[in-house]
Amino acid sequence: MTPGLPRAIGSKGSDLASTDSAHRAEPTRRDFLYIATGAAAAVGAVAVAWPLIDQMNPDAAALALATTDVDISTVAPGASVTVKWRGKPVFIRNRTPEEIEAAKAVPLADLPDQNSRNENAPTATADDSNRAAAGKENWLIMVGICTHLGCVPLGQHGPFGGWFCPCHGSAYDTAGRIRQGPAPENLHVPKYEFVSDTQIRIG
Amino acid sequence: MAGTSTYQPKSGFAKWFEARLPIVGLVHSSFVVYPTPRNLNYWWTFGAILSVMLGVQIITGVVLAMHYTPHATLAMGSVEHIMRDVNYGWLLRYLHANGASMFFVAVYVHILRGMYYGSYKEPREVLWILGVIIFLLMMATAFMGYVLPWGQMSFWGATVITNLFSAIPLVGESITTWLWGGFAIDNPTLNRFFSLHYLLPFMIAGVVILHIWALHVSGQNNPTGIDIKSKDDTVPFTPHATIKDSFGIICFFIFFAWFVFFLPNYLGHPDNYIPADPLKTPAHIVPEWYFLPFYAILRAIPSKLGGVIAMFSSIAILIFIPWLDTSRVRSATYRPLYRQFFWIFVATGIGLGYLGSQPPEGIYVIAGRILTFYYFAHFLLVMPLIGILERPKSVPSSITEAVLAKTRSGHGAAESKA
Ligand code: HEM
Ligand code: FES
Repeated sequence: MTPGLPRAIGSKGSDLASTDSAHRAEPTRRDFLYIATGAAAAVGAVAVAWPLIDQMNPDAAALALATTDVDISTVAPGASVTVKWRGKPVFIRNRTPEEIEAAKAVPLADLPDQNSRNENAPTATADDSNRAAAGKENWLIMVGICTHLGCVPLGQHGPFGGWFCPCHGSAYDTAGRIRQGPAPENLHVPKYEFVSDTQIRIG
Repeated sequence: MAGTSTYQPKSGFAKWFEARLPIVGLVHSSFVVYPTPRNLNYWWTFGAILSVMLGVQIITGVVLAMHYTPHATLAMGSVEHIMRDVNYGWLLRYLHANGASMFFVAVYVHILRGMYYGSYKEPREVLWILGVIIFLLMMATAFMGYVLPWGQMSFWGATVITNLFSAIPLVGESITTWLWGGFAIDNPTLNRFFSLHYLLPFMIAGVVILHIWALHVSGQNNPTGIDIKSKDDTVPFTPHATIKDSFGIICFFIFFAWFVFFLPNYLGHPDNYIPADPLKTPAHIVPEWYFLPFYAILRAIPSKLGGVIAMFSSIAILIFIPWLDTSRVRSATYRPLYRQFFWIFVATGIGLGYLGSQPPEGIYVIAGRILTFYYFAHFLLVMPLIGILERPKSVPSSITEAVLAKTRSGHGAAESKA
């Protein structure tokens, strides 16, 4: 490269001078080549950058842990379990009749977030029936992560008898819907199904 | 200043070398004969203190990395191994952990020094902005470092901070997933944070070089804020600034050592000795003390996106102060009104820091909102308006005149010499 370098610079310099008048007239073959080279280099740079960026996304092993099976036969009414799914806590609560009652009594208009946030009923409203398990309204299954900045709310705490987040004071009701505080959304309901009456599969 | 080198290589080798790489001449012109204002006070030693602290963090960090394991199940064990088994491991870790705090003590003093004496004003805008970039990189570095021991505060601090990005509309969720390398903070997150924690200090070092370069182009500001007008206004960097900086560094090291040897865990949080548990958030999570004012601003706004915007703006606004300050006089020494507001601003910052450490309830929330409002008002209202309304005191015609006036009036003789 070194011996060629001065010559390349020299020839480029003289070319620029000699094509200067031609430039004003109309684009030359050389202009086209410059632009085409630049465009190819830009596409190449993006193509090289993408693997460097995408390597940070979840890898195949993380994606493989997509489902978790849970036995819920031992969860009595008024009790809950927390299980780990994709590294996140999932709350499984067997709600008491009073809790269900309280959740149903809330008019939709009182809710800051009126979307069900339920992956099993994505476009539905945040009525209690769209939050609880279909046909098994005592079961409430939610990702236990505050929709504000990701802390794990405490169960059966706070002004609405549901969940309360100690980090910045978001309060959720007995259907896991946001009622007060900085969190913008209801606790998310993940995709799940009842494999049998006592077994659910999350994910 | 660049291009004024008076370095004369003496030996044959030095001449041979200088003709090929004039680095000795560069150092000579930048740190030996470099003309420094003769009236610099001890607030000007913090730049040197910061440079040394960066060195301390890099040296202790590189040796800690020889014993530390960036893995979710092994990290805390390896930190305890450093504390108990590694020769002098306890010392190295306490130096590094407290060194981070000292680094921030020094940077806050350094930034406030700049705000008091108007060091951000024309022609030092780029120098100032490079400083803000260093500050941002420092925050990122310290944040990721604090994640490495993988204790409860590490884990939940990382959760809250990375979730800030989820407030961005539409792409927020993809960004957090990308940052985590999973669907929650986990081993991939720890692993990449370690890689970046190792990298960023060297990027800081690079920006520090630009920062000092820009400084040596515009020249140092000084307590009077007046430009250097004659050779009488300056003294050579060596020995004057070199010795004064060294003395400042030694005093600062005594303060640093006091924490390392007598209060090594005072600035940390006991919960960070509890191993990270992704299923349980500690009852009261707080960031490291140096982030508390910004954390208070985040919590003051009762909306997720709003809080995040306010927090980032509270730092970004520093970039704009060269243009928000409308005063023609640089130094607060000659600005009787601004000087008072400066101290009110300092008190606001400390107040926000206190509120950031308290639970987000009742009176703390209200106070947090008032102080957040005032924090922004200082930059957006006070700075532009005072510059117009205030009548500055008469400014001396030169640095030398200011120094002599001070010496004649019988005090500050020591301060005015170097
Ligand atoms: C800008 C400079 C730096 C700052 C502000 C900084 C800050 C921190 C902080 C706050 C911690 C947590 C300490 C604790 O509570 O245990 C930490 C840990 C750590 N840092 Fe740094 N650091 C810096 C540079 C470096 C460098 C250059 C390395 C080189 C690899 C490094 C390696 C480590 C390691 C291995 C740990 C984990 C061990 C431990 O927790 O004590 N750091 N850092
Ligand atoms: S993370 Fe729950 S309120 Fe902020």
